[in-house]
Amino acid sequence: MSDFVSGFWSPYITVMVLTGVIGCGVFLWLQGRARYVAGQTMGHVWDETLEEYNNPLPNWWRWMFFLTVFFALGYLALYPGLGSYRGQFGWSSQGQYNREMAAADATYGKIFAVYLKQDLKTVAADPKAREIGQRLFLNYCAQCHGSDAKGGKGFPNLTDKDWLWGGTPDKIEETILNGRNGIMPPFAVLGPEPIQDLANYVRSLSGLSHDPARAAKGQPLFASSGCTACHGADARGNPMMGAPNLSDKIWLFGSSEATIVETITQGRNLTMPAQKDFLGAAKVHLLAAFVYGSGGGVDAPPTPVTQ
Amino acid sequence: MSEVAPPPQTQDTVAIEQSLYEVHHKIHPRAVTGWFATWRWSLVWFTQLLFYGLCWLPWNGRQAVLFELAERKFYIFGLIFWPQDVFYLAILLIVAAYTLFLFTAIGGRLFCGYACPQTVYTEIFLWIERKIEGDRHARIRLDDEPLSARKLSLKTAKHGAWIAVALWTGFTFVGYFTPIRTLASEVLSLSLGPWETFWVLFYGFATYGNAGWMREQVCKYMCPYARFQSVMFDPDTLIVTYDAKRGEPRGSRSKKADYKAEGKGDCVDCGICVQVCPTGIDIRDGLQYECIGCSACIDACDQVMDKMHYPRGLIRYSTENALLKNWGRKEILGHILRPRIMIYGAILVLIIAAAAAGLASRQPLKVDVIRDRGTLEREEDDGMIENSYRLQIMNVSETAHRYTIGVSGLNGIEVEHQRIVEIPAATTHSVVVEVHAPPESGKKGFNRIYFEISAVDDAKIAVREPASFLLP
Repeated sequence: MSDFVSGFWSPYITVMVLTGVIGCGVFLWLQGRARYVAGQTMGHVWDETLEEYNNPLPNWWRWMFFLTVFFALGYLALYPGLGSYRGQFGWSSQGQYNREMAAADATYGKIFAVYLKQDLKTVAADPKAREIGQRLFLNYCAQCHGSDAKGGKGFPNLTDKDWLWGGTPDKIEETILNGRNGIMPPFAVLGPEPIQDLANYVRSLSGLSHDPARAAKGQPLFASSGCTACHGADARGNPMMGAPNLSDKIWLFGSSEATIVETITQGRNLTMPAQKDFLGAAKVHLLAAFVYGSGGGVDAPPTPVTQ
Repeated sequence: MSEVAPPPQTQDTVAIEQSLYEVHHKIHPRAVTGWFATWRWSLVWFTQLLFYGLCWLPWNGRQAVLFELAERKFYIFGLIFWPQDVFYLAILLIVAAYTLFLFTAIGGRLFCGYACPQTVYTEIFLWIERKIEGDRHARIRLDDEPLSARKLSLKTAKHGAWIAVALWTGFTFVGYFTPIRTLASEVLSLSLGPWETFWVLFYGFATYGNAGWMREQVCKYMCPYARFQSVMFDPDTLIVTYDAKRGEPRGSRSKKADYKAEGKGDCVDCGICVQVCPTGIDIRDGLQYECIGCSACIDACDQVMDKMHYPRGLIRYSTENALLKNWGRKEILGHILRPRIMIYGAILVLIIAAAAAGLASRQPLKVDVIRDRGTLEREEDDGMIENSYRLQIMNVSETAHRYTIGVSGLNGIEVEHQRIVEIPAATTHSVVVEVHAPPESGKKGFNRIYFEISAVDDAKIAVREPASFLLP
């Protein structure tokens, strides 16, 4: 529990709570000595004839009230409640969460651990492991990559043969474990005209419609502006730095001239978050096997995503 | 009608100051036989055979009635209710409420007097008490006696029997949530789980405490229904009443003397109506909030009237209006069919009919469509527009089925890859489905489409679920 900002509140709350609880007890005790006259009403009348009598309460009921007072004091001694006092049990919601997670890991960790010892390609071929992998994927990955793993704008398709960072089992697992950060720097300094020339050149690489005159002007720019440093002289990309292949028909953000101009002008900054600390190695192993087996893995036979 | 009767104005209570807290005085109800007692015992047998027996009934290789909380499935004979069916629970509660309104408006606290678990278990516990300790006088004497070996053995025997019944009740109760045969073997092998142990003991303790010790105090101080039901009473509601005109002035008399000449009424003031009362009230003081409408006093008084050769019914079911206007049986019965009763009855019949129709047409298949949120739409290589969905397909039936997944709503729309999924009995599968359609088949933005899921092996099982399809 994070503490109060001001030292005033902890004693203030302690005093308020204790006064309230003990006050209730004192009031109950005083009521035990109170007397009433049988048959007298409290003077309250509703609906013309409905009167309130001061009928006695059973004694055991009063003892239940006392019980709540003792319970409250016992609770406040054991659990947090009196300002910053943590209670004898030292309970915290964070601690309970950690205990429950540890208990869950002890139970379910065994299921995952079996697969961690196996080779990733073996896991990918195991239907049971694929089922677990798909569930993990739908829970943790589908938000960006889609339920069918086909991705979306800015999120790569995992079922095709095109890989930004490499599609071998090891590379996929590495990507999920440590995350990736792909940066395309902005080239706005080139000016709008040269950027448009570059865009036309890039489109020509994939065999898309383009302005040949602009593409011809763009070709020398591609090398001189530094594009080749990442995308390579042949524009086939570099999986070492996550630079995409520009000569295929697969486009992360879109292939229209306007989109390519936007990409060159503003640059792109892509992050795949690391899952090692969040999911742990065993779950990542299953996920990597699922992704590898979903059709896109290099050396893997293409199979459709099935239930 | 006075809601709360004033405490009896006897001489020693007037103007004497008392503690605000009442010390409990044990009530020792006297055994009673007769028409109404037989009815009550019939209902005790009926409800308890149902309660103790139903959980042992097998059905389709499982327990007929089982509320599986961990799996979130309620099995009731051929039906399986899922959390999505909570609607039927609401209907059940509404039906229960209207049944209560209807019967209370007709006959007062009929539920309290005959069918309420508190009454039923108190009746069972009282029967045990009577078998072991004897009837009212023997019990009063025993309770006043100092502790002796005999008293100790009788009390031990009684509490032992009570605890046995209470534990069996707790065990049966838990048996509706954990399969009772599993539970039984767990009990026998002493491997009962901590929560099952807790609930068996808790429910057993509640039974023992409420039926053995608390009894009428549950009705007087704890039950909310006992308080709010008075609003359902009206002057034509049947209530247990003492005919004061006929009975008063009460008094003991010689059987031979002409009591009418002595100016006495029919009440012989034997006090048996008070002795049999489980809440310890005197019905001759009029309708009181403590009265649970059990009619024990009617049975008792009728027997006394028979012995005196007076007509029965000095204490009887009557209505406020009937007493006031000297109505006979025919007029009382004639007033049962009044607008209030007909409205309650009509609503009850309507709700039951609607629920029955709903249950009869209930599909043993449920589908939830969840559209992918991360990606709106994708253009495929051939120019078709693709959207992806997750279908949560729930097979609510008790047999495995194969389902085909189809889609309609746009020209040329289809599910990619022919989709047939097999789902085992009473399970849910999440199926990822990609749907594509030509870009010119609809308007830009959202288009209404329908997923059609039907069982391959049973044409009657088919569900049509709306979804939206995005076009650029």
